[in-house]
Amino acid sequence: MQASSGFPWLTALIVLPILGAGALWALPAASRRLARPIALGVSLAVLVLGAAMALQFDTVTAGTHQFSELVSWIPAFGVTYAVGVDGVGLLMVLLSVVLVPIVVLAAWREQGEDVGRLRHYLALVLVLEAFMIAVFSARDVFLFYLLFEAMLIPVYFMIGGFGGAQRRYAAVKFLLYSLAGGLVMLAGVIALYVNGPGGEHGFLVDNLVGVHLPVSTERLIFLAFFLAFAIKAPMFPVHTWLPDAAQNAPAGTSVLLVGVLDKVGTFGMLTLCLPLFPHASRWAAPAIVVLAVVSVVYGALLAISQQDIMRLIAYTSVSHFGFIVLGIFAFSSVSIQGSSFYMFNHGLSTGGLFLLGGMLARRHGGSQRIADFGGLQKVTPVLAGLFLVVGLSVLALPGLSTFISEFMVLVGSYGREAPAAVVATIGVVLAALYILITYQRAFTGPVRSELAGAKDATRRERWVIGPLIAVMLVLGFYPAPALDLLREPARITIEQVGVRDTVPTVHAAAPAGAADTSAASEGGDQ
Amino acid sequence: MTTFTAPTIAWAQLAPVLIVLGAGVIGVAVEAFVPQRLRRVVQVVLTLTATAGSLLAVALLWGGVHKSGGTRLFDGAYILDGPALVLQGIVVVLALLALLVIADRSEIGEDAFAPSAAAVPGSDYEQLARRKGLVQTEVYPLVLFATGGMMIFPAAGDLLVMFVALEVLSLPLYLLSGLARRRRLLSQEAAMKYFLLGAFASAFFLFGAALLYGFAGSIKLADIAAATSTVRGMDSLLFGGLAMLLVGILFKVGAVPFHAWTPDVYQGAPTPITGFMAACTKASAVGVLLRVAYVVLPGLRWELRPVLWTIAILTMVVGTVIAIVQTDIKRMLAYSSIAHAGFILTGVVAWNERGISGVLFYLLAYGVATVGAFGVVSLVRETNDAGEILGEATHLSQWAGLGKRSPVLAGVFALFLLSFAGIPLTAGFTGKFAVFTAAVAGGATPLVIVGVLASAAAAFFYVRVIVLMFFTDSAGTAGERTTVVRSEGLTAVAIGVGAAATVLLGVLPTPVLTLVTQAAKFIP
Repeated sequence: MQASSGFPWLTALIVLPILGAGALWALPAASRRLARPIALGVSLAVLVLGAAMALQFDTVTAGTHQFSELVSWIPAFGVTYAVGVDGVGLLMVLLSVVLVPIVVLAAWREQGEDVGRLRHYLALVLVLEAFMIAVFSARDVFLFYLLFEAMLIPVYFMIGGFGGAQRRYAAVKFLLYSLAGGLVMLAGVIALYVNGPGGEHGFLVDNLVGVHLPVSTERLIFLAFFLAFAIKAPMFPVHTWLPDAAQNAPAGTSVLLVGVLDKVGTFGMLTLCLPLFPHASRWAAPAIVVLAVVSVVYGALLAISQQDIMRLIAYTSVSHFGFIVLGIFAFSSVSIQGSSFYMFNHGLSTGGLFLLGGMLARRHGGSQRIADFGGLQKVTPVLAGLFLVVGLSVLALPGLSTFISEFMVLVGSYGREAPAAVVATIGVVLAALYILITYQRAFTGPVRSELAGAKDATRRERWVIGPLIAVMLVLGFYPAPALDLLREPARITIEQVGVRDTVPTVHAAAPAGAADTSAASEGGDQ
Repeated sequence: MTTFTAPTIAWAQLAPVLIVLGAGVIGVAVEAFVPQRLRRVVQVVLTLTATAGSLLAVALLWGGVHKSGGTRLFDGAYILDGPALVLQGIVVVLALLALLVIADRSEIGEDAFAPSAAAVPGSDYEQLARRKGLVQTEVYPLVLFATGGMMIFPAAGDLLVMFVALEVLSLPLYLLSGLARRRRLLSQEAAMKYFLLGAFASAFFLFGAALLYGFAGSIKLADIAAATSTVRGMDSLLFGGLAMLLVGILFKVGAVPFHAWTPDVYQGAPTPITGFMAACTKASAVGVLLRVAYVVLPGLRWELRPVLWTIAILTMVVGTVIAIVQTDIKRMLAYSSIAHAGFILTGVVAWNERGISGVLFYLLAYGVATVGAFGVVSLVRETNDAGEILGEATHLSQWAGLGKRSPVLAGVFALFLLSFAGIPLTAGFTGKFAVFTAAVAGGATPLVIVGVLASAAAAFFYVRVIVLMFFTDSAGTAGERTTVVRSEGLTAVAIGVGAAATVLLGVLPTPVLTLVTQAAKFIP
């Protein structure tokens, strides 16, 4: 990996939020009122910086890692500080920097007037932002692992310190699940290094790709990595921590947790498991595809039966992560592109839904029970409208970006895993059920007396949800900018796995031109 | 009549040890000649100066040892090679930090030690001694003697010097364990247990040494190592001797099944002494284990592997599992120290240079966090109804809500716990990574798998304390009566240095890693 000269974009993106968090903690007691504006300002500055970086990104070579930096860090272990993003990494970094200002804005009144306490929360959000950007741009397996584990700590405090009734239980469960997976991965990380080329750059992904491992070793290391990622993602059957965490975390924390952090799991599968362990990936793919399909259906079924809106959203995510994993392990460039795009869209749509859930709960004294709501459509029409649009994006309505990604996953998987794709389609139908039933129960029907005086969406709340819907609409009708970023990385991944790409049999069915051309270009490769 | 030729001795090479032991002797004289009101000041200054001077001497010797690879003194009875010197440095640094905690006095002018150790607990004489404000300043020379023994221990080149060092370090510790100011019966019981079990372990060690002498005809480690490949037909002497020797060493390391003393002694001893013992004794004893393993045992590693693997696995698992059910913070840290001994053993049985350097790093990382953690424990006190400050609040329930009232202290303690748990960006993670990498490279992958699983389980009880401190409301719990005592500030310095080192060794470990890598070569 060659370090490119020029402005260290990624390091700047990582350092800026950390400085912001430091500033928040260093605020003297008298000026704590400034905590909220400072946090918002810093997160917006990071957003602008991220956008500026994205404009510099060369889309033509989206498959290579750009803005690369390489500094030796712990030569004794072969560890480097190596960052760089390809199209997928860039999209995930963008997702992080878009969601953080929204979360900061959503948390504005979360601790009432206790700004001193909110300050800690906002500082943790900024620390987490730095970790998220770093983990999506890490090009060194050790660095990735380190951030993967270290980012648990701010989330742990965000859930345990600021969450709901069962927050302690949820925080500990979250941490222990993740640590258990992470420590198993540690054994894999060590084994990978010992079996790899070694030396001062022994952990660089680029040096580890293509290293020939003995069959059983490769499989074991793959499993160690995959377990950690599956817990993180989360996949059936290691998903049980997520509903508890989501139910008890503040809405903003759930947004970052499910919207971004869990993507580290699928991102890891895509950018570490497949390139580093191609043979083992192919070996394990059938089992993983089955698990993914189970996740799709099982998550959706459980979502339908939930009483708590946050738990419901958590289970929808289990279902959606099933789609993402299915797309990744179907090994076709269309499905992998779809999965990468899905990761981005899911962050926006589910993030929006969590925030709306939080807003609903605030209007009913913190209750998250769906049964406690009813008839809100008449009292809070704007809120209801926002909920409906975001809900429709979760069920992948055409015209919203989520549709494109879900469709690409299904079309791409069909070529290789036809039965799986067919069963997964049930998930699409079930999605309509859990979203629409929820909308019906909470927003239609007679107005409940205690909700008669509920305020409609405030200006701040509209600013929280508005941008999310805008991005989803724009990318829903014109997904080309995002898909351009993802096409090359998907092609390279397929190459690294060493399978023949499958072409969807029905070209014309692919939506919105972009997917179509990609399918055509893959056809040319063969 | 035979003529005796005195060996030439490079005194400079002995400087680190001589400074510490010399200051200990002066400290005894201070007890006799300095008026009582000045004794504490003189002892504290003398002790801190001596340890700092010894550290300086270690640093000055490093260049020579690094260049030459090491020197053999007294015809090989004392070997100053890379690992020995680094271990001396680690011991003396940790002793310096621990001494800061030991020397500190709380806002009510009390240190951690009984005003008059000879007074019967609960007697009138004890009351009188307390009222008169007596201070047991013999603590300082005792700590210095123990430190001196710990510094000789890993540098010992023959079994007799090793035994003498073992006794020099053990005897003061037995005494120090019994000196707690509060809960004196518990403390004396701990000292008694430690002494009896320790004496047994020493006897094992000595008997093992005798058997090995019978086997090899020499007490020098190098000669025994050579004899393992040449002498035939005396396996029972060899393995019997080795087993007994290892029992003696593993007792000090605190490995299962020789760990039974650890929780009682850690709980009963004065907390600053517990910190000193946990950090320094472990470093020294592991150092000896390393020397024996890498100098004597390489030829026998296939025979000994099943035994040492079993001990390592047992140590990790038992330490972790029993720590989960502890309700006393000092006992919990004691079992955690047992589990850490297990992690260290995975590095020892790697039998490669990475193993040596990894273990050395681990000892430092574990030591700074341990001294700091016990320093924090010594400051968290319970109060009575009138608000008077009493002894340490060691029951876990008393730590509830501490993070709300003393966020900085609780935050630092959380940092130490995260380091023990091996969370990335802390020293503990770097250490664990170092020993686990060595173990995988040395073909001990099953140990590493047990190790990571044990780490995951261990995270549970570390995290539980963090939950208690930060996420639990103290209202209506025992935590209401817990307060953080103000002190003269020496403990705060030790805690601060420990915390800074924990972060630095986690984020920028390269300088120390380079040092221990350069040092990782034993000379026979």
